Amino acid sequence: MSALSDLWDLVVDNQQAFLRGVGLTLELLLLSAAIAFLLAVPLALMRLSRRGGPRRFAYIYIYLFRGTPLLTQLFLIYYGLAQFEAVRHSLLWPILRDPWPCALIALSLNMSAYVAEVLRGGILGVPASEREAGLAAGLSPFQLYRLIILPRAFRIALPALGNEMVVQMKSTALVSTITLLDLTGVSRRIVSRTYSTDALFVAGIIYVVMTYAISRGFRLAEGRLNRHLAR
Amino acid sequence: MPDLAGFGPQLLAGAAVTLELAFSALALGLVLGLLGAAAKLSAAAWIRVPVTLVLNLLRGVPEFLILLIVYFGAAQWLGDDLAPGPFGAGVFALGIVFGAYSSETFRGGFLAVSAGQLEAARAFGMGYRQTFFLIRLPQAWRFALPGIGNLWQGLVKDTSLVSVVGLEETIRKANIAAEVTKHPFPFYLAAMAIYLAIVSVSNPVFAWMERRASRGVPR
Repeated sequence: MSALSDLWDLVVDNQQAFLRGVGLTLELLLLSAAIAFLLAVPLALMRLSRRGGPRRFAYIYIYLFRGTPLLTQLFLIYYGLAQFEAVRHSLLWPILRDPWPCALIALSLNMSAYVAEVLRGGILGVPASEREAGLAAGLSPFQLYRLIILPRAFRIALPALGNEMVVQMKSTALVSTITLLDLTGVSRRIVSRTYSTDALFVAGIIYVVMTYAISRGFRLAEGRLNRHLAR
Repeated sequence: MPDLAGFGPQLLAGAAVTLELAFSALALGLVLGLLGAAAKLSAAAWIRVPVTLVLNLLRGVPEFLILLIVYFGAAQWLGDDLAPGPFGAGVFALGIVFGAYSSETFRGGFLAVSAGQLEAARAFGMGYRQTFFLIRLPQAWRFALPGIGNLWQGLVKDTSLVSVVGLEETIRKANIAAEVTKHPFPFYLAAMAIYLAIVSVSNPVFAWMERRASRGVPR
């Protein structure tokens, strides 16, 4: 019991720090997921395109981001780009100088590759009959995608998107390696001050709770978005 | 080829450590995954319930945090003399993560072996052990292989995390080279190329293993 009350005391003593850490973790998670999704829709469409150019571009993009560790992508953007004079003198420098935008860029680009693959699967899973019904109703290709295929693909992909969300939340832990004080960063800092790993356990418990909330939220959304489907 | 300023051999040495770490964690992770699957499928609730709970909790925590807990926790509880270094901590942390995920893959694999085959094995007079090693395990392996291939790719990429606790693998070598030369970009690019190469070589190997595991399956 004393171990538990020790952990509780640690939380109470550092509640501001933990709250700010959770705040940054959630901020990076939600922003990067939103940007990743916006990038992933065109990527998935390009990946399925009949034209060779866009298809190859999307294939290579997805292959590169899924085939290398997020940590290398983070380091390449934050430490690597600063090497170039041209970058340091460009308009982008005020952005690329700070760890926060770099973390957001790396997290967004990385996740977009995974989400594009998930959406591709969703688009391929749309029944051919619905596509044909849309064509028979005289929809243009753009209308067909906007009104029929993409909404349906999104519903099909929703469980997999929920998994990606959980994965992404865990990925945000890496931003502490470029000095950001997210939940992991905050607890690492407390560890170096208290000489005890208790803060890491507290962070672990908070992550588990957030994982549970995300999966639960996606399951509720699934039921709600598919409520018109006969079971 | 970018100018690696003489750090090329260092990066390759780092790549060797990355591979060593990945294979060690894979071996531990496969054993833990099979044990975990057995526990999850166990008829005894006192084994099944707590193991399932712990493995689910592990999957909700960042791999990076698990590594930090293992590395710093071991130093705190075991003392500096007994604590494993970064390599041991890395193998243990990545191994239990791999085990937590692969237990689910293996569980699915075992459940996918049809009951009719087990009955057929009984009808042939096979005992429990023979049925397990000749029928259940090889088939569960076949069903689990695609999932294991994905987990292996994740594992290879997760080995990069161990650089943070000081293991001199690919990323750590790139960090050192970046600090010395003040030119980080080519080294991180080279590090990426190393991971990409490992992943790219793994793909056909897993495709071959899947074909091998499925030989004799009618199409």
